[in-house]
Amino acid sequence: MDVILIQALNGLAASAALFLLAAGLSLIFGVTRVVNFAHGSFAMLGAYLAWWLTSTLAPGLGGFGFWVGILFAALAVGLIAAAVEILLLRRLYGAPELFQLLATFALVLVIADLALLWYGPEQRVGPRAPGLAGGVAVPGGVVPAYDIVLMGLGPAVLGLLQLLLQRTRFGMLIRAATENRALVAAFGIDQRRLFTAVFALGSGLAGLAGALMAPRATVHLGLDLSLIVEAFVVVVIGGLGSVPGAFLGALLIGQVHAFGIVLFPSITLVVVFLVMAAVLVVRPHGLLGAPEDGGPAPGAAGGLPAAPLVPPRAADIPFWLGGIALLAAAPLLLGGFEIEVLSEVAIDALIAASLQFLTGLGGIVSFGHACYVGLGAYAVALSVKQAGFGMLAALALAPLAGLAGGAIFGALCVRLSGVYRAMLTLACAQIVYAIAHQWTDVTGGDNGILGIWPDRWAGEPARYWWLVLAIVAPALWFLRRVAHAPFGLSLRALRDSPRRAEAIGLWLYGRQWAAFALAGGAAGLAGGLLAFLKGTVFPESLGIPVSVEALAMMLLGGVNSLNGPILGAAAFRGLRVFVAAETDLWRLVLGGVLIALCLAFPEGLAGAGARLTRRLRAERGR
Amino acid sequence: MSGAVPLLSAEGLAKAFGGVRAVDRVSFALAPGEMLALIGPNGAGKTTCFNLVSGQMRADAGTVRLGGVALDGLPARRIARLGLARTFQIAAVCASLTVAENIQIALMAHAGLAVSLVAQARRRLRAEADALLGRLGLAALAEMPCGALAYGDVKRVELAAALATAPRILLMDEPTAGMAPAERGALMAHIRTEAKAAGLGVLFTEHDMDAVFGHADRVLVMDRGRLIADGPPEAVRTDARVRAVYLGEDEPTQPGAA
Amino acid sequence: MPGRRSLLKGGLAAAGLLGMPGVLRAQAAPIRLGDLNSYTTFAAFTLPYRDGLILAVEEINAAGGILGRRLELVSRDDGGQPGSAVTVANELIQRERAVMLVGTILSNIGLAVADVAARRRIPFLASEPLTDTIVWQNGNRYTFRLRPGTYVQSAMLAEEAAKLPARRWAVIAPNYEYGQSAVRAFREQLLKRRPDVSFVVEQWPALGRIEAGPTLQAVLSAQPDALFNVTFGPDLINLAREGNARGAWRNLPVVSLLTGEPEWGDPLGAEMPEGWIVTGYPYQYLDTPAHNRFRDAYQRRFNTYPRMGSVVGHATGYTVAAAITKAGNTEPDAILAAMSGLSIDTPIGPITYRRADQQSTMGTWVGRTAVRDGKGVMTDFRFGDGAAYLPPEEEARRLRPAG
Repeated sequence: MDVILIQALNGLAASAALFLLAAGLSLIFGVTRVVNFAHGSFAMLGAYLAWWLTSTLAPGLGGFGFWVGILFAALAVGLIAAAVEILLLRRLYGAPELFQLLATFALVLVIADLALLWYGPEQRVGPRAPGLAGGVAVPGGVVPAYDIVLMGLGPAVLGLLQLLLQRTRFGMLIRAATENRALVAAFGIDQRRLFTAVFALGSGLAGLAGALMAPRATVHLGLDLSLIVEAFVVVVIGGLGSVPGAFLGALLIGQVHAFGIVLFPSITLVVVFLVMAAVLVVRPHGLLGAPEDGGPAPGAAGGLPAAPLVPPRAADIPFWLGGIALLAAAPLLLGGFEIEVLSEVAIDALIAASLQFLTGLGGIVSFGHACYVGLGAYAVALSVKQAGFGMLAALALAPLAGLAGGAIFGALCVRLSGVYRAMLTLACAQIVYAIAHQWTDVTGGDNGILGIWPDRWAGEPARYWWLVLAIVAPALWFLRRVAHAPFGLSLRALRDSPRRAEAIGLWLYGRQWAAFALAGGAAGLAGGLLAFLKGTVFPESLGIPVSVEALAMMLLGGVNSLNGPILGAAAFRGLRVFVAAETDLWRLVLGGVLIALCLAFPEGLAGAGARLTRRLRAERGR
Repeated sequence: MSGAVPLLSAEGLAKAFGGVRAVDRVSFALAPGEMLALIGPNGAGKTTCFNLVSGQMRADAGTVRLGGVALDGLPARRIARLGLARTFQIAAVCASLTVAENIQIALMAHAGLAVSLVAQARRRLRAEADALLGRLGLAALAEMPCGALAYGDVKRVELAAALATAPRILLMDEPTAGMAPAERGALMAHIRTEAKAAGLGVLFTEHDMDAVFGHADRVLVMDRGRLIADGPPEAVRTDARVRAVYLGEDEPTQPGAA
Repeated sequence: MPGRRSLLKGGLAAAGLLGMPGVLRAQAAPIRLGDLNSYTTFAAFTLPYRDGLILAVEEINAAGGILGRRLELVSRDDGGQPGSAVTVANELIQRERAVMLVGTILSNIGLAVADVAARRRIPFLASEPLTDTIVWQNGNRYTFRLRPGTYVQSAMLAEEAAKLPARRWAVIAPNYEYGQSAVRAFREQLLKRRPDVSFVVEQWPALGRIEAGPTLQAVLSAQPDALFNVTFGPDLINLAREGNARGAWRNLPVVSLLTGEPEWGDPLGAEMPEGWIVTGYPYQYLDTPAHNRFRDAYQRRFNTYPRMGSVVGHATGYTVAAAITKAGNTEPDAILAAMSGLSIDTPIGPITYRRADQQSTMGTWVGRTAVRDGKGVMTDFRFGDGAAYLPPEEEARRLRPAG
C-alpha cells in the first residue's frame, strides 16, 4: 500500500513540469495551429537560464533570489519566443499548413548549437531551492520537499490559466481562436498581436517548466528532444488546445511513469506510447479535445487550397531522361564519397516522396515515417543474415515489409485525423523501435545487425549508385504515376473534401489505408537500399530523428509538388553532409540556412521553382 | 406498380442532441420526378433531417427506404452508391482539383473506375464530364481550380458532381444560397427540367421562398423538429400553422449563409 | 568554460588543417588521421577526448612527426547516429584519404564504423566505446579498442563489491547493450566470489530518460543491502540528486560504474554522494612523472584539467604514431601488423594491444567517492591494470568470430 502511495506522489511531482510544458504547447497549437518542434528547446533554454540565474543570483539575494531567478528565466524565454514569432513564424502563417514545422525544426538545430556556445557542453546542476533541499517522510519512504511544492504548483498554475482563459478578454480571444479561427478575424482583432502574445505565453510556460527542473535534475543539451516528445504525448492525450486536458494528460503520464517503472521496469519508454495509442483509439481527439472545426485539410495552404497537380507532359520526357542520363554519368565526374552521398540523396528522395504521397496527396501527416524505412532495412538485414538471401532477393522483400507495416498501422491510424493521427503514427514507430531494441535475439538489439554489404558486382560506390538509380527512378516514376491516376485523384479528392468524396461513394478509410500501405512499401524499399548503402542496421533507423528528417526534406521541397521530395532531399542531405564536413557547428549553419530558405520560399523549393518556370514561360510567350 | 413503392420514404425519423429533439418523428415520401421542398425556420431540423436521410448521421429511431431498401445504419458512401446524391449547405467540392476533375472523380467513383494506380486520370471520362458541365453552363470553367471559383459557381460544380453519380434521388441543402437572384431561378428551373426528364426525385431545403413556391411540386414544413405541414405549395402557403411559425420570422427570403 | 573554447578550437583546428594541404604539399605529404566522435550529441564527454588527441598530435609533430611526415588530424562530428557516422567514416576514408580511423564513444557507432573499416580495409582504433562485442563477438581484423571495456570495469567493481557484507543487491542500468552487459559481467564476477548474494530488484530506465524519483523508489521499496549503478550522464546526476533529497544514500552502499571519471562526476559538485565505490580517474592525486607531464601540458594548452577522455585521446594519438612508425609506412596491412602486440607508454602507464583480441590492456582506477572543497573526488583508490582483469588471450580468441 505504502509503495502505491509514494509512487503516486512521485508521479504527481513529475506531472507538474509536464503540465506546464504541455499547456504551453497546447495553447500555441490551439491558437496558431503551429506544430512547434522548438517547444522543448525553449524549455531547455529556461532550464539553462534558471541554472545561470539561480547560481549567480541566489547567493546574493538568498531564498528570494532563487525564485526571482526561476521567474526571470521563464520571462526571458517568453521574450525570446516573442522575438522568434515576430521575426520568423509570423511570416509563415500564410504558408502551407505544416510548413511552420520546418521552421521550428530549424530552430531546434539553431538553439541546440547556441546553447552549446553560450553554456558550454558540461552538464549543469542548478542549486537546490532554499529550504527545500531535504525530504519529507511519508508512509513508505521520503519525498523531496521540493517535489511537494511542485505538486501544489501544478494545480495552482492550472487555476491561474483557467482564470486567464475564462475571466479576461485575452483569454476569451484565446478560447475563441482555439474553437474557430475565422471568428477572431471576424471580431476585428489584431490577430498578429494575439499570436505573438500566445506564442510568448506558451513558450514562457515551457521556460518555466524547464526552470523548475533545474533545481532537481540535470540541465544538459539533450533536454530539448527528450522534452518535446513527452510534451506532444501529453498534449495529444489531453486534447489539442485544452489546458485542463493537458493537466489530465500530465497526471496520467506522471502516473504511468511512476507505476510503469514498478510493473514493467524494462520497457518504460514504450509504455507511454502504448498508453497514448490506447487513449487515441478510444478517444480520437484526446481526453478533452474537440474535433477540429472542419479546419483546412493538411496540405492546404493557410486556408487556400493547393494548386491542381499539373499532369505530366510529353514535352517533359526528354528533360527527365536527360536528367537520369546525367545522373548515371555522375561517377565520371565525382569521387567515391560524393557518389555515396548521391546514393543517399536518391534514397532520401524516395523516403520523402513516399511521405509526400501520404501527406501531400492523402492529407495524412505522419510523424513516424521511419517505421516503414526501418522495417525495410530490418527485412533486408534479417533476410541476409538469418536466411542467407542474396542482395536482390532481400531488396525485393524490403517493400513488402514496409507495405505490411503500412497496412497494419494504417488500419489503426485512418480513423484519426490531423495531429492526433500524426502522433499515433509516431507511437506505432516507437513501438516497432522498442521491439527492434529489445528483441535482442533476433535484431541484435542496439548492437544492430552488421555486415550487410551489397553483392560483389554492386560493391563499388559507382555500381551501387547505378543500382540505386535503377530502382529509385522507376519507384519515383510510379509514385508520380499513381498521383495522376484515378486512385491518386481520389486521394486528393478525399484530402480536399472528405464529405464530397464520401457523398460520391468513395470510402475515406479504405483509400487512406491503401495510401498508408503504398507509402509504406515505397519507404520500405528505400530502407532496404539504405541498409546496403550503410552496411549496418540499428534501431535508430526506426527512430524519431529519421522521421523528422523525412518531414523536413518533404516540407523543404514543397509538400504540394511532386518534384519537391527530390529537391528537398538533395538540399537537406547535401547541406547536412557537406556542412558537417566543414564545421562542428553544422547544426547552427544548417538551421540558419533552413530558416533562410523557409523565409525565402514558403511554398518549398519546388513551389518556388514552379513559380519561376511559370514566369519564364509567360515572358517567353509575350 | 411504380406508384405503390415511393422512390424514397422516411418513417418516424428521430434524432436528439443532448435532450433537444432536433428531428422528432418525421415521415414523408418522395416520388420519381417530384420536386419536394423542405422549409422551416432556422434550427427547425432541416439539415439534421437531410443528414439522417443521406447517412451522414445515424437516426435514433425511424427508417429510411430507398426504392424499398432500408438504409438504416449504412454509411454515406454506401447510400450514395444506391443512387442518392446530395449537396451541402456549405458547398463541399475538392478545392485543389479542377472543375473537370471534380466531375471526373465523381463519374469514376460511380463507375467503379477510381481504383487504377496507373491509368491517367486526366483523360478518363473527360467527354462525359464536359457534357455534364455543358448542361450546367460550366464548360468555360472546366480547367479552373475549384478553389478559385466564385461561390455561386462552386455551388453549381457541386451540383454537377452530385448529378455525375447518376442518382435516382437528389438532396440539396440550400442550393441557391450565395447566388445572385438571377442565377437562382435559372438553376432551379434547370434542376426541375433534369428531374422531370430523368425521373429524378429531388428533396431540397431553401430559404428563398421564390425558389420554393416557384419550383416545388410539394412542400414540407418543419418547426422545432416536427413536421407541421405537407402539401402542394398553395395549400401550405395558406396553412394557418405555417403562417404562425413564419410570422415574426424576419424576412423569410433571407439567404441562410450563416 | 573550457568546453566552449575547445569546441571552437577543435572545429577550427580540424578546419584549419583541412584548408592547408596546398601549403603543406611543399614538404612530404602529411599523414592524415581520420577522427570521428559524437562532438555535438555528447559534447561534454567527447571534447576532452579531442583535446587530448590534439595535444598528442601537436607533441608528435613538434618532435618531428612520423616517418619524417607531419601527422594531420581530420576531425568530424559523427552526428550521434550510426547512419550518419557511416557517411562520415566514408568521407574520411574516400575524400580525406585518412590512413586510419580513430574515435567514437557510442557503442553502436563504434560497431558501425568497425564494420565500415573492415569493408574498406582500413585500420580503426575504437578509442572510447565500452561494448566488448567490438573486440569479441563482432571483432574484426581491422578494429582495435583502447579503453577498458564494460567487462574489465565491472570485474574491478565486483572485486570490491564482494568485500561488502551486502547480500541483497539491486541494479539500476540503462536499457541498452552497455547496461545489460555491465550487469551481466558484474553479476557473474560477484557470484563467483560471493555465491550467497542475490539480485532482488532490477530497474532498466531508457538511456537519457530516467524518471529518477520513481525508479529510486522502486529500488528502495525492495529493501536491498546494496545497489549496483550503471547509469551515467544526466541519468546519473538525476539519480544521485534524487537520492540526496530523499536521504537514500545514507544507508545504501552503492557500487557505480564510471562515476569517478571527472566528466561524469564533476557536474554533481558538492552533490556527489560520498562513499560510493566507483571506477574513475583521480587526476588530482596522481603523482608520476608521466602523468604530471601530461597534466601540466594539457592544463597549459587548454586551460583546464584533463578528463578520462583526455587520457584516452592522448593515448590514441600516440598509438597511431607508434603503429605507423613501427610499420614504416601507411599501408593498412603494415599498420595492422604493427598494432598487433604494440606496446606504448601512456600518461597512466604502459599498455599493450593484445594479439588475440586487439584490446589494449589500459586499466583504470577503483576507489571511493568523497567531497572536498565542494567537488567530488576519489579517495582510497587503487589502479587496476586491464591485463589483470581481461579474460586470458586464449579465451578471448575463442570469443571472436572464426577467420
